Amino acid sequence: MSGPQALIEVRGLVNRFGRQTVHEGLDLDIRRGEILGVVGGSGTGKSVLLRSIVGLRRPNAGSVRVFGEDLLALSGERRSRIEQRFGVLFQRGALFTSLNLQENVALPLVEHAGLSRADAERLARLKLALAGLPPDAACKYPDELSGGMVKRAALARALALDPEVLFLDEPTAGLDPIGAAAFDQLLLTLRDALGLSVFLVTHDLDTLYTLCDRVAVLARRRVLVADRLEAVEATDDPWIRDYFHGPRGRSAQRAADPSREN
Amino acid sequence: MPSTLPSASPGTLQLQPDAGAVHLRVAGDWTLAHYRHLRQAVERARAPLAADSEIDLSALGALDTAGAGLLAELIGPARLAQVGRWAPGLPAERLALLGTVAQALDQPPAELPRAGWGLADLLAHIGRSVQNLWRQQKQLLGFIGLTLQTLAVTLPRPWRWRVTSLAAHLEATGLNAVPIVALLTFLVGAVVAFLGATVLAEFGASVYTVNLVGFAFLREFGVLLAAILLAGRSASAFAAQIGSMKAQEEIDAIRTLGLSPVELLVLPRVLAMLIALPALTFVGMLCGLAGGLVVCALTLDISPLMYLTILQRDIALSHFLVGLGKAPVFAFVIAVIGCLEGFKVGGSAQSVGEHTTSSVVQSIFMVILLDAIAAMFFMEMGW
Repeated sequence: MSGPQALIEVRGLVNRFGRQTVHEGLDLDIRRGEILGVVGGSGTGKSVLLRSIVGLRRPNAGSVRVFGEDLLALSGERRSRIEQRFGVLFQRGALFTSLNLQENVALPLVEHAGLSRADAERLARLKLALAGLPPDAACKYPDELSGGMVKRAALARALALDPEVLFLDEPTAGLDPIGAAAFDQLLLTLRDALGLSVFLVTHDLDTLYTLCDRVAVLARRRVLVADRLEAVEATDDPWIRDYFHGPRGRSAQRAADPSREN
Repeated sequence: MPSTLPSASPGTLQLQPDAGAVHLRVAGDWTLAHYRHLRQAVERARAPLAADSEIDLSALGALDTAGAGLLAELIGPARLAQVGRWAPGLPAERLALLGTVAQALDQPPAELPRAGWGLADLLAHIGRSVQNLWRQQKQLLGFIGLTLQTLAVTLPRPWRWRVTSLAAHLEATGLNAVPIVALLTFLVGAVVAFLGATVLAEFGASVYTVNLVGFAFLREFGVLLAAILLAGRSASAFAAQIGSMKAQEEIDAIRTLGLSPVELLVLPRVLAMLIALPALTFVGMLCGLAGGLVVCALTLDISPLMYLTILQRDIALSHFLVGLGKAPVFAFVIAVIGCLEGFKVGGSAQSVGEHTTSSVVQSIFMVILLDAIAAMFFMEMGW
């Protein structure tokens, strides 16, 4: 599955917490310009995988190469420069609670893009609007917002520097269906226009069907299969069968492509 | 190409006067990397631009959301939303990006709250602070009442006592604080003895150093030092623990489970403190006296035996009781303030910090205030 286009290469990844092994010899590629959906049951280490790739967690063994370089072996400054090409949306938003929304989004713009504060906040308001927040939300603080709005603001911050790779940890969880659909559409538009690559951890089957170019299934401490959705669906594995051919999977399939029958 | 890489062709904006009308040519990379100079160009070009000026986007290089936002500012989001009509040659994904940005910006701007620094604002700020101070005191009294009431309800029902929790807090606030309390009071005891030795020697009364250390530690320093240490150590811990639980909605979860946060969280802490502080006070008194004993033995040639004899002869039991009697009061105030500040925390990390600080400041202040009042009271009573 490896190709010259692989932007991120995970090889032989091992992650252990005490005696519990989460990943054992896990391989995964993320290619340029693709939206890769990562699915798996609870506790299969989807978020741990994300943290290992963006360098928040040092794996027990194995290598993670990002843009051809080993993130963990780099000096602080070069690592920071690579990390600026990432946008990360954490599961619970992780907005800075002491800053209001526009300051949250403006922070990387001021620190890394060298914009003046006024410019950065103007641009931050644009990002917030893109993420679907009303204009009056810009001066609110995270603890005054609903969970869905926090998610959108966190997406706006992840998009602040127009990153090359976007890591999203369950972005549509907590969004209403309309908001989730708008989110899917925004992500597609940005991917097409900016050539983003997206690493998307999700349980939302609708998002999976409308958005993802490839889907990686995490189970039994490794990636069972990473391929186009049709190929993944056809894989003969009990968990995959239950996941994609259960009642929710079938309805999401029908919604994505009414002509298909099961 | 990605925005963060410096590009070979920075974006440009050319105004070309063309037979009366202004013709606009947008070229190069309109990305975040060139935001600053593009923004200046946009400011300059906006004025002469008419609603129907022709715009040429054909030489546009890379484009990201920052660049698209600038274009929207230049020609207005409404016109940008129609981009498919006047610039049909653009690739579909670029049209989609411009359209999306235009749509996002095409809403009335919010009114930003005005930040004022006038005299009226100053007065309003003072007024608010005074009101807050008043409200805080009322809240404290109310919370004390609530705690006492819960205590009264729980006390006759032993099956509702939280013994495990109490033991855990007792270890954290009491046992773990023994070394620091012991060391600190020992050192202060030694310092007081040195002071006494220096000052009293001038009157040839250096033997009264023993009385000085004894009085000071039994009546005041033992309890005061232990209380101030626990205020710094445990009031802050209570506020931070309960505060982060509040921020994570754990307190709400306790309520919806039909349990009382006061009974579950506050009572074990208050009771643990009520046991720990008198015990630590006793430790503090002993160690302070021991500090005095060591200094007396080393510098004043007062042997330990003589030191203890003088203590026994000159210092009545009532001084010890006066000191120890204050400990439960201080303990209650420290624990209640710590817990209450925890409950006041809002949703943010900053709020946790503010209330933790406030719990320490308030409880030390209250301890010293109560101690001063008690000193006057005991003096008048002649105890």
